[in-house]
Amino acid sequence: MASLLVLPIVTPLGTAVLALFLWRHRRAQQAVSLLGAAALLAWAVALLLSVSRDGIQATAIGNWPAPFGITLVADLLSAMMVTLAAIVGAAVAVYSVATIDARRESFGYHPIFHVLLAGVCGAFLTGDLFNLYVWFEVLLISSFVLMGLGGERGQLEGSVKYVTLNLLSSALFLAAVGVLYGTVGTLNMADLAVALQDPRVDSRLTLAIALLLLVAFGIKAAMFPVFAWLPASYHTPPAAVAAVFAGLLTKVGVYALVRVFTLIFTHDTGVTHGLILVLSGLTMVSGVLGAAAQGEFRRVLSFHIISQIGYMLMGLGLYTRLALAGTVFYLTHHIIVKTNLFLVSGIVHRLKGTLDLASLGGLYRTRPILALLFLVPALSLAGLPPLSGFWAKLLLVQAGLEAESYSIVVVALVVSLLTLYSMTKLWTEAFWKAAPDAAEAPLSAGEWRGLLLPVAALALLTVVLGLGVEPVLALSLRAAEQLLNPAEYIRVVLGGRP
Amino acid sequence: MDTLLAVLIGALYAAGLYLMMRRSIVRLIFGLVILGHAVNLLIFAAGRLTRAHPPIVPEGAAALVPPYADPLPQALILTAIVIGFGLQAFALVLFRQAHRVSGAEDLDAMRTTDSH
Amino acid sequence: MFSLILSTTARAIMPLTLVFSVYLLMRGHNAPGGGFVGGLIAAVAFAIASLADGVATARRALVVDPRRLMAVGLALALASGFGGVAAGQPFLTGQWAEVMVPVVGKIGTPLVFDVGVYLAVLGVSLTMLFALSEED
Repeated sequence: MASLLVLPIVTPLGTAVLALFLWRHRRAQQAVSLLGAAALLAWAVALLLSVSRDGIQATAIGNWPAPFGITLVADLLSAMMVTLAAIVGAAVAVYSVATIDARRESFGYHPIFHVLLAGVCGAFLTGDLFNLYVWFEVLLISSFVLMGLGGERGQLEGSVKYVTLNLLSSALFLAAVGVLYGTVGTLNMADLAVALQDPRVDSRLTLAIALLLLVAFGIKAAMFPVFAWLPASYHTPPAAVAAVFAGLLTKVGVYALVRVFTLIFTHDTGVTHGLILVLSGLTMVSGVLGAAAQGEFRRVLSFHIISQIGYMLMGLGLYTRLALAGTVFYLTHHIIVKTNLFLVSGIVHRLKGTLDLASLGGLYRTRPILALLFLVPALSLAGLPPLSGFWAKLLLVQAGLEAESYSIVVVALVVSLLTLYSMTKLWTEAFWKAAPDAAEAPLSAGEWRGLLLPVAALALLTVVLGLGVEPVLALSLRAAEQLLNPAEYIRVVLGGRP
Repeated sequence: MDTLLAVLIGALYAAGLYLMMRRSIVRLIFGLVILGHAVNLLIFAAGRLTRAHPPIVPEGAAALVPPYADPLPQALILTAIVIGFGLQAFALVLFRQAHRVSGAEDLDAMRTTDSH
Repeated sequence: MFSLILSTTARAIMPLTLVFSVYLLMRGHNAPGGGFVGGLIAAVAFAIASLADGVATARRALVVDPRRLMAVGLALALASGFGGVAAGQPFLTGQWAEVMVPVVGKIGTPLVFDVGVYLAVLGVSLTMLFALSEED
């Protein structure tokens, strides 16, 4: 079903257009946004089921055959990522209706949010490197607007750093694309995989391009040592925006790294993947140490995004079937959990008016349900059994032991322990200890339900993912299989051409 | 010609990155713009410099008559210019707003939320 | 600052610029031009008007809200993609009607797409431009 591949991109775009037409009607915009997010989720699940049943699918946009036209491809990884994006999109759409103020809505919050989702889904589905650049820019420019929307001082200052570093990364990406085209004369990713096998291509040039892309995507993914923009900006926008950024945007960078370094650049794995493995360890450590030094709820969480990115890259660096399955499973687990933690931080901010850990406290007494809903993703993030994070880390550790990379396994385990320390700190400071200031903003019952619904749904998903780990694990292993043997991907895209 | 272009691209990269590393927000914008131009020229140079016909099939012919120029790098640059135009226009609006709200022209002064 | 020379010139230039922008849009399929450049040139027409006689005058000359143009343009571009789907081909495949319309030429979904781009570019540029100049 070729149209299933287009729908995850067209649906959010159509939703955005519809919301643009309803510029002055807040309620109608909210309804359109919710409906659009629900439709996206439905298409994404349909796509995942279809890909899981029938294998990799591709469609040529505009009927221009690959490698001349732009191809949309969905293998299991792409389909899973689109589904996760749709889940986050739906949860945050519900949360946005409950939290985004009228002023931001009047500046086009809902349309831009859906353009962001279209950009994310486009990046996951495209089979063309330059088209990937275009989708990156689509999601970037909408994220710029969401980041700056509202115009508070902290937000604007965060945006300046975010915009600058991301523009730099795009420039590097584009330069790599240009040189790559000059070298082999194609930009279709499947065709690139074939073309770079040619022994006439200078391997030093290939390596240079690979490293250029590693830096470009590394900035987007917040990899060591180019992560500084993330903790400088992610704590400034409203919680709904921060949640969708934390859940999805860096993961688009990770996805691009996984795609490029399993499909295209696999000739010199000793250098490239070895480097990725070292960087993954450094990313884990620097993220978790950064988090330990923070005293603000969302900045702690921001630094933990970085350390978690390290785990995902670890799987890519090890480059075995089990390790790649670990990366895929980790992506699944992390996107859900991280989005949820940022949503919880938004509720805490709504109640107490601050996220400074020193002045928080007592929330376990006044809002026990919220405290429990915080514990589920927090403990999952730290990797406690039987939650989803435990299985994700178990897979990676097992893969590391199998590959006899003992040092990275030790790093992963120590960082996991430090993550637990960090989450305990958040728990004691924000929820357990007596509140220095007992005052809480009043919330109507309806508002409370609107805030809690997406958080509870994502927490439930985390628990389900942990207890019923089998199906997702099997899916991850199959996705890893496809990544490790790209012949099928290439065949589907190029249609039997050698 | 290739050498000349390479030197020019290198100079643009150097200028762009140098300006970006200054503390002034105006220079940061100029740096970003110049960097964008450097990348576009790089794609142009990487796509081979030739003196040739435009890649349009002439009236009455069935295929292109060589030598013809590769249209794809130009299409890439065109797209990149369009995207760059949008991003730079937005960055300009954003930086101006940031400057108005914080009253600072110095990037080092923009750290009110970094104190924790 | 009001300048009589600029204001008079702007009024004379504006229709010419708009006609030129539509010309670029129409020839864009097989020759240099197209929706993006056309939209930008049209935006220039209104930019000059806003410089000469103020943003309020430029807004009146545009008649519709630029944000509305943005929405209509995006909707057209998106809708043109479904022409291919309706004919059982992949998304965005060009569908042509075999009729020649005088001046415009052959009619098809790529033309609809280009008109959408034209309106969207005009809308986006003017939204940003007006917002910037209305600040002070």
